[in-house]
Amino acid sequence: MYEITFSTITTWVDAFLNQYMPSWLATTIECLVIGVGLLVVYALLALFYIYFERKVCAAFQCRLGPNRVGPMGLLQSFADMFKMLIKEIITLKHIDRFLFALAPYLVITASMLTFACLPWGNGLQIIDFNIGIFFLIAVSSIGVLGILLAGWSSNNKFTLIGALRSGAQMVSYELSIGLSVLTMVAFAGTMSFTELVAKQEDLWFIFQGHIPALIAFLIYIVAGTAETNRGPFDLPEAESELTAGYHTEYSGLHFGFFYLAEYLNLFVVSGVATLLFFGGWMPLHIPGWEAFNDVMNYIPSFVWFIGKAIAISFIIIWFKWTFPRLRIDQLLKLEWKYLLPINLVNLVLMVLIIVFNLHF
Amino acid sequence: MANIQEKIAKLFPEATFEEGENLMVCIPDSKWHALAKTLKEDAELHFDFLVTIVGMDWTDKLGCIYYLQSTVDNKMISVKVTTEDRENPMIHSVHDVWAIATTFEREVYDFFGIIFVNNPDMRRMFLSIDWKGYPLRKDYDDNPELNPVPKENERQEDTTVSYVETEDGKIEKKVLNVFEPNDFVVNIGPQHPATHGVLRFRTAVDGETIKKIDFYSGYIHRGIEKICEGLTYPQTLHFMDRMDYFSSHHYHHAMCMVYEKALGIEISRRAQVIRVLMDELARIASHCLFMGTFCMDLGATTMLFYTLRVREQILDIMEKTCGARMTFNYGCIGGVMQDLHEDFVKDVKELLAVLPKNIKEYNELFIGNVIAKGRLENVGTLTREDAISYAVTGPSGRASGWACDVRKTNPYSIYGELDFEEVVYTEGDSMARTKLRLAEMEQSARIIEQLIDNIPEGEYCVKVPKVVKLPEGRWFQMVEGCRGAFGVYVESTGGTSPLRLKLVPPCLPLANVVDHLTRGNKIADLITIGGSLDYIVPDIDR
Amino acid sequence: MPYEAWKDNEYIESLVKELQENGTNVIVGSLDKLINWGRSNSIWPLTFATSCCGIEFVSLGAARYDMARFGWEVARSSPRQADFMMVAGTIVHRMAPVMRRLYDQLAEPKYVIACGGCAISGGPFRKSYHVVKGIDEIVPVDVYLPGCPPRPEAMIYSIMQLSRKMKVEKFFGGVNRQEKIKDFLATHPSESCD
Repeated sequence: MYEITFSTITTWVDAFLNQYMPSWLATTIECLVIGVGLLVVYALLALFYIYFERKVCAAFQCRLGPNRVGPMGLLQSFADMFKMLIKEIITLKHIDRFLFALAPYLVITASMLTFACLPWGNGLQIIDFNIGIFFLIAVSSIGVLGILLAGWSSNNKFTLIGALRSGAQMVSYELSIGLSVLTMVAFAGTMSFTELVAKQEDLWFIFQGHIPALIAFLIYIVAGTAETNRGPFDLPEAESELTAGYHTEYSGLHFGFFYLAEYLNLFVVSGVATLLFFGGWMPLHIPGWEAFNDVMNYIPSFVWFIGKAIAISFIIIWFKWTFPRLRIDQLLKLEWKYLLPINLVNLVLMVLIIVFNLHF
Repeated sequence: MANIQEKIAKLFPEATFEEGENLMVCIPDSKWHALAKTLKEDAELHFDFLVTIVGMDWTDKLGCIYYLQSTVDNKMISVKVTTEDRENPMIHSVHDVWAIATTFEREVYDFFGIIFVNNPDMRRMFLSIDWKGYPLRKDYDDNPELNPVPKENERQEDTTVSYVETEDGKIEKKVLNVFEPNDFVVNIGPQHPATHGVLRFRTAVDGETIKKIDFYSGYIHRGIEKICEGLTYPQTLHFMDRMDYFSSHHYHHAMCMVYEKALGIEISRRAQVIRVLMDELARIASHCLFMGTFCMDLGATTMLFYTLRVREQILDIMEKTCGARMTFNYGCIGGVMQDLHEDFVKDVKELLAVLPKNIKEYNELFIGNVIAKGRLENVGTLTREDAISYAVTGPSGRASGWACDVRKTNPYSIYGELDFEEVVYTEGDSMARTKLRLAEMEQSARIIEQLIDNIPEGEYCVKVPKVVKLPEGRWFQMVEGCRGAFGVYVESTGGTSPLRLKLVPPCLPLANVVDHLTRGNKIADLITIGGSLDYIVPDIDR
Repeated sequence: MPYEAWKDNEYIESLVKELQENGTNVIVGSLDKLINWGRSNSIWPLTFATSCCGIEFVSLGAARYDMARFGWEVARSSPRQADFMMVAGTIVHRMAPVMRRLYDQLAEPKYVIACGGCAISGGPFRKSYHVVKGIDEIVPVDVYLPGCPPRPEAMIYSIMQLSRKMKVEKFFGGVNRQEKIKDFLATHPSESCD
């Protein structure tokens, strides 16, 4: 099977650097390069997502969307970024300065860390260890801490209500995410990203695990939408109720961090969904159709990954621009009364399917 | 009317009567509360709807005119209560008879300084607590130095004043707390996306649950009633565009009718038909915008764009004829400003062709949505009794089972001969209020369909004197605006400008009832309830 | 939009002349250009409306006029995150301190458009006892937009004018608009707020 493996390139770079300098320096340089690369990709992807959402939403609303700045408005989010960089960061009186300044960094760090875990392509991932997916879920939960801190330290009643809502929502929906991920991990029998992807070489998990995998996916996408604070679960920043929710008091770059993290979390959630249900960077393979599979293999693996992730994001954006917002009690009811029991039953169903070997 | 007069005269020998458009009872203040109770509770009289309280300053005395309507047979009566004390004028409150009186009396207090004894809340309403003078009094000093533009944040008090009558007839001033001492009070507004303008709700919450709402208005109080007293009658008309800017045709209609009634002008049938057509088109446009903004408040932003599409189409029709997109200034004394545009009939037919499809789409997209159902059903239920007591008219009142459509109860213009249904639901919740507006759009379309092919020939504006002078007297006229019954009260002394022009906005009771409806609900329900009542703030404040 | 089509080129030219008097540094100048490009193309409004003009502002966002084309659709509800404030509607005495507070809460660089007759001078309500006769008594205004209410096209024109104004400004040094605002604020003090 023909495939470009990025690990060959990275191994070569590593060997090349080690040849000329001590290994500690080589490692430092490698880390720096990776860090800078990540930041750049992070920023670019976030800008793309902002543009993408604005265009998609315009399409749903029979509008054109940005089309004046740059060709087809492509440079719109860059203009926004420049503006955001020079905006004044307002310092407030009567607040907890340290926590207020810390909160946006916590949020962006959490989303950055989860982002860094994702396997982008064949061999194109920063770290691969046996509890990969577990680590990802763990670091993504740091974000809620940032949101709670932001709401609390702003000394504003709206932000406080926003933060409390967000806390309740995130803690609840993390359960659903965890359980649906667990269902898939049980099916795959591994938590490592490489192995998760490798196991989907013949057929993606959503087809392999049929009914329980499909249920797990549906629950995951609902809970994932809630995790990213997007409509119809955008209560923490419900504009019509709480002005701008937990980040009401943030301006300039600090607000920019929240804004970026929000969009990047969308990518992360869809990335994980891609990884667990749609084969990660694995091209679409259909057992028996060798010619078809070969053609699919010619498309680079990172294109597959990003393409799938964007397709899933599109669905989440679609939700937002279609549905009205839930109320806080309905939101919690949905989680605790419906999603959680269904999820538990689904896990048992999945185990049965594994035990009796009923999957494809 | 005659037997009502006899009956009141028998029960209250002090009462005197003035003949006019409708019966006016003059009663001394001491008997007023008893009369009010009788008027409401007597099975034969049954005046349970307090339309408005008109504060008056006749220079020699101050007073109020209460307009009452019966919800059984829709007859109207007015009651005049006066006081000669200018320093410390007092009238007894009737807030325990009609719930809406609490707010109406506060408004009169704000403008005329008349204190209502026993009213639990005698604060300023539209003006700040430091405002000097009572602006609608004839001796008000409007020197801007007395009341300059404030540079500092407004002074805020958490207490209210009530003047209570003790058993031995003395009047005591009591200071009451608005909120409990430990309440967590969130300030929603005046600049908040959910308040539909600059309205302010001070909301005491327990977690996400609302305990009490104290509503503040006056953030867009422009003093239209006072300005009108210095203008000639035709000049007063254009303000009607700028109150409830969606019902501007209706408001013009009301104002023109009251002047025409006073002048004894009979307008041509063509003008009548044009006015009704415009009213109904405006109603469709307004309900469209309601659907859009309401859904946007609930988070379904996309709906706004779909409903605005229809609204834009209607605005195009109006723009061709009236020349403006919003402030049309189309009605005038004697008819309408210009004749219809030649494309009018064609454009309206195009609109009628696409409208049913759009209404169906709104129903499918929003009303049928499971989240929308969860958000709207059984939220903010208003009973029929409360609707009447709080004077909640219009679609919101009809959703509670009160058939209060002025077009049916007191048919004006040519509505009496038209064939349309008055949509009335009994649920009284937010869902009913939303659905009712969609149903009303269909009825409006039905009215337009009946008229569009039968616009009679004739002049669009009859001749009126160059200088409009109303004879001495008082007139009152109600129309059905998009949000409820709008009334105009004019009192003239025979000159070219009114002695008093009182505008009765339907949105003030709507905003006032929010507190009653939201207690015990969630913060998110405040948005639902406020949105479904659909008040327009400049209309509240005038 | 071609340069000749604008209505007030003299004003912009005089502004440019005033700014260019001291010459420009090459590096700072080109950095300025980049920043101004970003700023003038990303103008986020504050959701702020008091009356009729606000409804036209909603129409401006709707499909027919679609301000999203220019990237103005990101209407922020929190003044901290907005770039300009379109004072759409009458400002009355009671609202004046609130509006001033909102202005103070906007993050620099901030701009104000006085939209409609009422905001410019009190409009039809000028005779009223409770209406502010022009918001320039309270906040510095960048663009005056007449109309009652202005049509959405006029609103687009006004924001484009604002964008033009931003484009010729200097972010680093030079005669700066900020200083003029400072003078204004010194003569129009307000109660401090955070």
